[in-house]
Amino acid sequence: MKATNIKNPEYFHKVVDCQYACPAHTPVPEYIRLIARERYTDAYMVNWESNVFPGILGRTCDRPCEPACRRGRVEDEPVAICRLKRVAADNKDDIQDRLPNIPDKKNGKRVALIGGGPASLTVARDLMPLGYSIDLYDDQTGGGGMMKSQIPSFRLPESVLNEEVDYILDMGVVTHFNTTVDSLKEILDKKYDAVFIGTGAPRGKDLNLAGQADAGAHIHIGIDWLSSVAFEHSNNIGKRVVVLGGGNTAMDCCRTARRLGGEDVKVIVRSPFADMKASPWEKEDAMHEDIPIIDNHVPLAFVVEDGKFIGVTFDRVDAVYDDDGRRQLVSTGEDPVLFECDDVLMAIGQENSFPWIERDTGIKFDEWGMPKVDETTFQSAIKHVFFGGDAAFGPKNVITAVAHGHQAAVSIDHFCNGKNVTERLAPGVTLISQKMGIHEWSYDNAVPIDLRYVVPQADKALTLKDRKVEVELGYDLKTAYAEAERCLNCDVQTVFEEIRCIECDACIDICPTDCITFTPNAEEKLLRKKLSATATNLSQDLYVSEELPTHRVMVKDEDMCLHCGLCAERCPTTAWDMKKFLYTVTKAGQ
Amino acid sequence: MSYERPKFRHPNTEINDLGYARQDYEGALSTLCAGCGHDSISGAIVRACHELSIEPYRLAKLSGIGCSSKAPTYFLGNSHGFNSVHGRMPSVVTGAAMANRDLIYLGVSGDGDTASIGMGQFVHAARRNLNMVYIVMNNGCYGLTKGQDSATADEGSRSKKGDPSPFESIDLCALSLQVGATFVARSFSGDRDQLVPLIKAAISHRGFALIDVVSPCVTFNNNADSTKSYDFTREHLKSTGTMDFVPMREEITARYAPGSSHEVTLHDGSVIHLYKMGKGIDPLNRVSALNALEECKQEGRILTGLLYMDPDSKELHEAIGTVKRPLNQLTERELCPGNSVLQNINASLR
Repeated sequence: MKATNIKNPEYFHKVVDCQYACPAHTPVPEYIRLIARERYTDAYMVNWESNVFPGILGRTCDRPCEPACRRGRVEDEPVAICRLKRVAADNKDDIQDRLPNIPDKKNGKRVALIGGGPASLTVARDLMPLGYSIDLYDDQTGGGGMMKSQIPSFRLPESVLNEEVDYILDMGVVTHFNTTVDSLKEILDKKYDAVFIGTGAPRGKDLNLAGQADAGAHIHIGIDWLSSVAFEHSNNIGKRVVVLGGGNTAMDCCRTARRLGGEDVKVIVRSPFADMKASPWEKEDAMHEDIPIIDNHVPLAFVVEDGKFIGVTFDRVDAVYDDDGRRQLVSTGEDPVLFECDDVLMAIGQENSFPWIERDTGIKFDEWGMPKVDETTFQSAIKHVFFGGDAAFGPKNVITAVAHGHQAAVSIDHFCNGKNVTERLAPGVTLISQKMGIHEWSYDNAVPIDLRYVVPQADKALTLKDRKVEVELGYDLKTAYAEAERCLNCDVQTVFEEIRCIECDACIDICPTDCITFTPNAEEKLLRKKLSATATNLSQDLYVSEELPTHRVMVKDEDMCLHCGLCAERCPTTAWDMKKFLYTVTKAGQ
Repeated sequence: MSYERPKFRHPNTEINDLGYARQDYEGALSTLCAGCGHDSISGAIVRACHELSIEPYRLAKLSGIGCSSKAPTYFLGNSHGFNSVHGRMPSVVTGAAMANRDLIYLGVSGDGDTASIGMGQFVHAARRNLNMVYIVMNNGCYGLTKGQDSATADEGSRSKKGDPSPFESIDLCALSLQVGATFVARSFSGDRDQLVPLIKAAISHRGFALIDVVSPCVTFNNNADSTKSYDFTREHLKSTGTMDFVPMREEITARYAPGSSHEVTLHDGSVIHLYKMGKGIDPLNRVSALNALEECKQEGRILTGLLYMDPDSKELHEAIGTVKRPLNQLTERELCPGNSVLQNINASLR
């Protein structure tokens, strides 16, 4: 294998599994260390710079970082990254003086943001400090978009949402709330220098089953029902509720129903339990609130007898997987089963909808009605119109929308300044030794064996009475510290300098997880077989040195490295050093 | 600030026949200097014992005084241990071996502990063919007292802050051959591939097995003018040949070209395969070993590998005809068989 080029920022970036997996590339270990040092405000700002909504995301993020977390490979459970973020948000001081300065003198460029969700707000956050004048349009009463209308208050209190939305709006964004944009042409006629469309995926899918017309008012589209609850247009539901669907919206629906009078609430899903799209923790929370999840049931019809809605019938199925892992739901052949209920909430998916974009404006659409948007620049067929968030490539999540917003802001800034829109900004990278002295590193290199700490919840008797009472209480500071210490500091990199190595092999012996091997060079496949402990996880890279005097190379399998620093500790010549690698995504104007 | 070994291990770490991982043979985290050759030897001992599937309770590690003699703390944490007086480890092993012949005795010593203060003890243990492995962690200096030359420092070799040594060095391998050791080898802490099979063979050998391991002192004796530095040793190594050790219960899987390999079967049924042997070197011949050592010395080279072994060696217990059962298991009934037996003995002497 060729010697690894550690000058390529993406090499060490990939070693920081959590940050690499995060769409916005938040420097996770950096802020977790700050939390352990009780520097909550600093930890919050590291987050805020990167993901804009630490308080919101610390409660609601889809957490792509956690399945990626190295700790999950070493033991059972990853670090509770998401809930540590919340600790930073809940315990920070006033941050007003840390927010960017907004220039009084504007740069003369006007930008319109359609939709007030996370993507648009991120664009505003990046462009306002650069002197842009921004108009934000949204049909809701305030900012936040789907975070406001879809995420129930028992998961995300309104005060937390408003605080973080206001940090941005207070930069001087001109808001046009309660304003439905029903024509892109009208916006284009206002001659903005750039337009950003972040209108989400606002349409809930409908099943259109037999009997639906007769069942009428008893059948609700999940996301519409959630927003009508959020805006207090509805405040009750029948005692017996069936929720159709297996995603996170279904979980929000069933738990909200429990709070609005639903006593016998069931989630009924087509797929097997394990295949459900909902995050495991959201399923757990629903079941904790006495909501059974019934899997392998495909809905057949809504049953209405004598003009009265009775319930839903289902076909019982088995999941059959072919050799390629493709799933087919095969009927068991049993008779359909009826679940009696008063109301049905359909949470079977969302889709995009752009009825307000005239088809002759120049925006191009594909065969599925999705706008043609560049995946890097977020530019549409009209050069000064950009898309982001769910509106760009379909429903994802908040953190993805934030990542889109940052990149779209870069494109808009380039566009407005006559620069090449396709040009991306190189990431900010630093690599600094953490050695403080003998046996002393600037990070906590000990690896505690503590298992993941559970986030305490408020009493169910209390939370089920009032949909605005937050269920999760968040970690207390002592537990937060213990959980933070579980982080393996994957950003503190093992950096090897071959010219210093005397090949004493001390690092091989001391490495607790057998990551290091000295062996004659070979092709990757062969090299992986010669490792001190055979590699099974091929997604992690091998760090290969130049050839050493004894015609061997140093090979380090990054897979199981605990970043404990013992190799550097045991190295007599500092050929190994522990260096902190900080990778930051460069934002517009930086 | 922390200096401790994390508890987590690689999920694919090798498990031996007893169900133990290598970590079960590790000891406390070493406090020797970073890069010390002794730590590599400790690592090789851990590997050898793990691969041989030795039950930790069946082994006793004993040492004297010095950096080397601290080392047993850092391996085989579940075995018996005895850190004895300076240079007196062989006496303690002798006593222990007499009391319980069933244990495996692993003595760890340094060049000071062996070639100076413990010289008298060392040669007599070798001469009596005490059934033990005697590992010398040989760095040519007194690391624990700031690196003064030891008796194994080569003439002309200079440590970091010292003058060239004016004296002839003691060659522990040659010496032990002369006094009757039945397994003699030399190795280098930086050559794990050679050292691990040597340790395994030494453990299986019945009788006194010496492995003299050049083990650079990174702090006081790893400079350019030293003949015990990593660089010097690597550049001047000459191997007697290559050796594989196959324990008795394992099937022989390696293939050797016909005529290229020499098999030696040990008393416990294990087999040593010797191949790529140098010209004129016959490890079953004491004279050949002594000649090869002297020739290499003349050439300024360090001869490593298996130098000599006597597969038919008779260890101390056999020589003095002790009972098969370990003495510490004999009860009062056997040890004090009663007046009538005494009367018989007395009668036989009249």
